[in-house]
This record gives sequence, structure tokens and C-alpha cells, in this order.
Amino acid sequence: MAPETAEVQSPPPPPTTDGQPAEGPPAESAAPQRKPWLVIRPRSGWAALDLRELWRFRDLLLTLALRDIKLRYRQTVLGVAWVVLQPLLGAAIFAFVFGLVAKLPSEGIPYFVFAYAGLTAWTAFQTTFTKASTCLVQNANLVTKVYFPRLVLPLSTAFGAVIDFVCGLAMLVPMLAAFHVAPGWPVLLLPVWLALLLLLALGAGLVAAALSAQYRDVQYILPVVLQLAMYASPLAYALKVVPEKWQTLYSLNPLVGLLEAVRWSLLGSAAPPVAAVAYGATVAAGTFVGGAMIFRRAERRFADVL
Amino acid sequence: MSTGDIALAVRGLSKAYSISAGKRQTTTLAETLVNRLRHPFHRARRETFWALDDVSFEVCRGEVVGIIGRNGAGKSTLLKILSRITDPTRGEVDLHGRVGSLLEVGTGFHAELTGRENIYLNGAILGMKRAEIGRRFDEIVEFAGVEQFLNTPVKHYSSGMYVRLAFAVAAHLEPEILLVDEVLAVGDLQFQEKCLGRIRDVAGAGRTVLFVSHNLQTVSLLCNKGLVLRGGRVVFSGDSHGAVDAYLRDLEATRLAGDENSDARPGSGEYRFVSAEPCKALFHGGDEKGVVFRVQRRRAGLSRFYLSGLLVDANGHTLGQFDSRLHGLTLPEAESFEGRLAFRTPWLKPGTYRVDLYICSLGSSPIVDKWENACTVYVSPLTPYAFPVPADAIALGTVLTDFRWEVETVGQLQGIAAGTEMDRRRE
Repeated sequence: MAPETAEVQSPPPPPTTDGQPAEGPPAESAAPQRKPWLVIRPRSGWAALDLRELWRFRDLLLTLALRDIKLRYRQTVLGVAWVVLQPLLGAAIFAFVFGLVAKLPSEGIPYFVFAYAGLTAWTAFQTTFTKASTCLVQNANLVTKVYFPRLVLPLSTAFGAVIDFVCGLAMLVPMLAAFHVAPGWPVLLLPVWLALLLLLALGAGLVAAALSAQYRDVQYILPVVLQLAMYASPLAYALKVVPEKWQTLYSLNPLVGLLEAVRWSLLGSAAPPVAAVAYGATVAAGTFVGGAMIFRRAERRFADVL
Repeated sequence: MSTGDIALAVRGLSKAYSISAGKRQTTTLAETLVNRLRHPFHRARRETFWALDDVSFEVCRGEVVGIIGRNGAGKSTLLKILSRITDPTRGEVDLHGRVGSLLEVGTGFHAELTGRENIYLNGAILGMKRAEIGRRFDEIVEFAGVEQFLNTPVKHYSSGMYVRLAFAVAAHLEPEILLVDEVLAVGDLQFQEKCLGRIRDVAGAGRTVLFVSHNLQTVSLLCNKGLVLRGGRVVFSGDSHGAVDAYLRDLEATRLAGDENSDARPGSGEYRFVSAEPCKALFHGGDEKGVVFRVQRRRAGLSRFYLSGLLVDANGHTLGQFDSRLHGLTLPEAESFEGRLAFRTPWLKPGTYRVDLYICSLGSSPIVDKWENACTVYVSPLTPYAFPVPADAIALGTVLTDFRWEVETVGQLQGIAAGTEMDRRRE
């Protein structure tokens, strides 16, 4: 029962509608045979990412992203306000618990601003990961009835996160002005850090999505994993606060370098160690590529198990 | 048909699903991991169910192919593989053109979005580019007839409007190869005509259509080629009338096989029907129709059960369900039973009908015996109406009805009753 050949999708030239034979040597029969536009075969093993197909479906990618954004605003009472309220409330709680009660240092910047800056980046990571990992189960009706490159679904979740991040930043600007904090040139690198955070979230989300399609309990483990990740990341505290002997082990978390880098860009605080940032970037890229490959390998079963 | 004109070629296509026999298939990661730890070398006994088994056929450009077969024959699986929604286990398909599939109406529609937004969303999901949807937007809206409601959320639409809008978007798909899966089962008659018309247009434009349906009438009207599937295999491939015949012959063969070998029928088998015959060779549409049957016990162990039946017309529409629970009838254990199923309504149109008979248990495995096509009921061309019946006067209904018209003209002295008296008086 094991399928033998890997799928070979002939790269699609525009289909010949005039009936002329496209190309190719004559086969056994005398009449010249047209090369098929597409051959469907059983697939096995790893599949290529197929960026060309994704590009063909770019309209769908944008439409799905737009749908999610519209729905989010239409269904909430507070609408757009919620996007901004979430990190604000989060930062307020952090400021109380960690800033006031625990008195964690925040490198000379008012704790609230410190927490808020980190939280906007963290929220982008968290929502992308959560949405990407649940998108298959939530859109099972699409996956079982329509063809499209399945990567489109999780990828479309990243757009919303970018919009949220920008809104969060908009709130940050008056805060920085109020507390006389001025970021320098590193602020230009902010899009890079965001992109890396999203790559990491998407990569992990793709693996989680593939698992969730097969095993329905995975979705319930994820929030717990995220909580752990949040406390294990320099969100409520700076990297410097972590005791020296633990720092190396602690820095195995790729989010460490990236979050510190975000704060460096936004708040002009001390630059993070280059090694940590490079490590974070590599892990992010690797996770994305690896996650995409795992997803592509698993996707042929999605319509059967969802 | 020269090879240059092939739209799609299927060779040896097979699709297997594995069903774990015995223990329930685990669908949680936790259970799977625990099972792995407990039995590291245990390989679950897997049964393979072949939904499609070595299917091969070719379709030329511009053909409209009807795919028919019993439930579970593999028709929808075939369409899913051709639409690239699921992978085949074996075999190959050559596609010479872009495929658009319509396996469901309104895929991706979201209740909170407006009609306009849903058109763009559904169109994108079906594979149309945004610009393309924009160009066809007015046509789509006109086809659906929802112009005034474009900016209201779809959750406020009536179910008819919803279906019309959903189909309107799909109807404007223009792929080279169109696959349609019984989506015409929804909607009213007028709408179904519109949809059929649209499919005819698409076919007329030289596109290839593959059309899965249970409605034999539609298949013979719309399609020029037919493919019959049974148990995942191709039983017939040729012209559409031949396909319909082959399908009906196949049904008949199943009935005969069912007669001979009742144990091969589906059901747990404690009791089996051993015979079923109509009371009369020919019934009148308004008479009481009856089927005599005998049931025999094969195994002990079933304490209470009930009988059920279906009346199905030649087009595959189920006209009635005869569930004995509706009369509070359940049967106790006994060696054998005989009896009669009788029904007066619905009044049947002239033609052939099949009766499916069921024995069902009140316990956990509900079906004890399922006998599809247990017997055929023939209804005579003489209808119960007192007047001669023009063909189009009874063409549109699925059954005949016992009805009357009561009309009064306003302002005259006499009322008019039912139409019959008045006509006689006039003449």
C-alpha cells in the first residue's frame, strides 16, 4: 500500500486552450501527445515548499487575512479598542505585580513602559502562534472541500499580528514622549525583530497545527506551553537580572535575544549580546523552514483526518 | 477521440483508508503516547478500506460526464482526489486544464460578513482572482437576485437567498474542467433549473464537466457520458443512457442477490427478511398499496426490534418512511414473522417505485437487516383524478395529492365549488 513515486507537479505553463499539442516527443501512438498540465500522483517523503503555488494563491492569502481582521473587529464590543487595551492591561498588571510588589529592576526606564514595550512584541508572537496552530481545525470545512496550498491558512494569521503590533506601537509613542525616553537609530531594526519573532511563531505554529489536525488534545496543551515560555523569557524582567550561572542555559530560549533586541530598538536600553540575537535569528529561520517542511509532509493527510 | 482532446485521464486510481479494527482509533496525542509506551512493539491491526479500487477512464474536452452509483460507491472520494483535496494511494491522473470544483455550496461563507464580502471571500476560496471577481460581480449579484441585500450580514438572509448567493458565486467559476458534487440537492425547483441551465452553458462553452448525482433524470438530460461506480470500482463507462441503464440493472442485480443471499446484506443479522412481494402486480395511485413479507430469525439474542421501510421513486427521491415505532409497534422474539406493510398515502404517480425494508433494534447496533430494493411497486397510468390528465399537470410534483380548489367570484350571487360543478353548468 505504500505509494512509490513522489508527486511531480509539472510547473504549470498556461494551459493550451487552442488544442495544439504543447511540446514533448510523440509517445507510443503515432499522434503527438500533449503534456498534461498537471499530474496527480501519490506523494511520499518530504515535499518542497512550492513558493510558486503560494504566489498563485496570494489573493486568497490576503482575503483570508482581511476576513480575520474584519471579523475580529466586528464581533467584539470594544472593537479596535481591544487591540490596544490588551497590552495596556497586561503591562498594568505586570507593573503592579513585578514592578511594585516584586520590585524588579527595569534598567532605568519606568517599569510600565518597560513592560509594555516587551508585551507588544510578545503579543505578536503569542497570537500568531495560537492562531496558526488552531487555524486548520477552525477552518476544517475549507480544508475538506476546497483545494488551495494549505500553508496559506497559517500564513494568513500573521497579518493580523502585524496590524496589532503597529497599533500597540502607536500607543507607545505618547508614553515614550511622556517619560522622555528617546530611541535612537536602532528603532530602524524593529521590523527585522518583528519578522524574526513572526517566523519563530509561524514555524512552531505550523508544527502545532499539523499535530492538532491529527490529535485534538494538542490545542489544550498549547496555552500552558505559552505560559511557560512567557515566564522563561525576559518579559517581566531584563536578561541582566538572571543570575550569571543560569544565563547560558536561560539563553537557550530563542526569544531571549529577540525580546531584548526589541526593547533595545524601542527604548534605547542597553544592547543585547550579539550572540543571543544571532542565535535567536538562526533558530527563528530554522524553525520556520523546518516547521514548513513538516507541515508540507503532513498536509496530504489533513483532508482525511479533519 | 484523439489524444489531443483529452481533458483528463485517470489510470489505476485507488484510495485506501485504514480502519483500526478492535480498539478504538486514538485521536488524542496523550493516548497515542501512552499506548506507545505501554506496547512499544504493538502494531495496531489495521483493516484497509478501499474507497476507490483501480479506477481508470478518460474524459474528452467538452464532455459532460455523469458519475452515478450507490451511496458509498466512491463518487465523492473520486471528486476529492481530482480536486487535489486528498491524495490517491495509487494511480495517476493527467489533467489537461485548470480544475474548479464545487463540492459544497457556500464554502467559507461567514454569517457576520456582508453579502458583498462573502462574494469576494467565497470567490477567492474557489480560486478566482480578486480582479476576476470584480469583473463578474454584477453578473453574480444578478444571478442570485440579492441586490438590495448586498450590505447586510449574511446571517440575516433567508436560507433560499443564502443558497442562491452561494451558488451564484460558484456558477461563475470558469475553469477548463468543472467538478460538481450533488450540490443541486438544495434549493427550490426554480433555482435547480437555473443551476442546471448554468451547467449546460458551461458545458456548451466547450468546458468539461464531471457531475456526481443521484438524480437519474438530471443525469440523462444533462450528461452525454456516464460513469457508474460500485464499491469503488468502475462498472460502466460510456454514454449517459447506457450508464443509467447499467445502474438500474445493477440495482436490480443487487436486489436479486439480496433475495438469494440474505446474509450478505448489511445488518447484524439476528433476523432477516426472507421474502417481500407487492400485494398486487399493478396498483392505482390512490389505492392502498401493500407489500407482504416474511421475516425469519437466524440467531437468538435480540429481544425487541421494530420494522422500517422506505419508498423510493425512480429518480432516487425518498417519498416515505414507514417506521413502525410511529404506531408504537415493536416486535418480541419469535421464530418467524409474516405480515403486510400497507400505505394509502402518498398517492403515487404512474411508474416504478422501490421499497427498501429494514429491521432495526432498539439497542446499540441499530440495523439488524437492511434490504435495499426488497421489491418493486408498479403504479398504473390511471390516476385517481376524475378528469383526463395532461402530462404537464402532474409533471412537477414528486407525488400526487388529494387536493381541491375552492373559488368564489366576488360580486356574483352564486359561489363556485371545486370547479367541477361550474364547468358542467356552463356547458
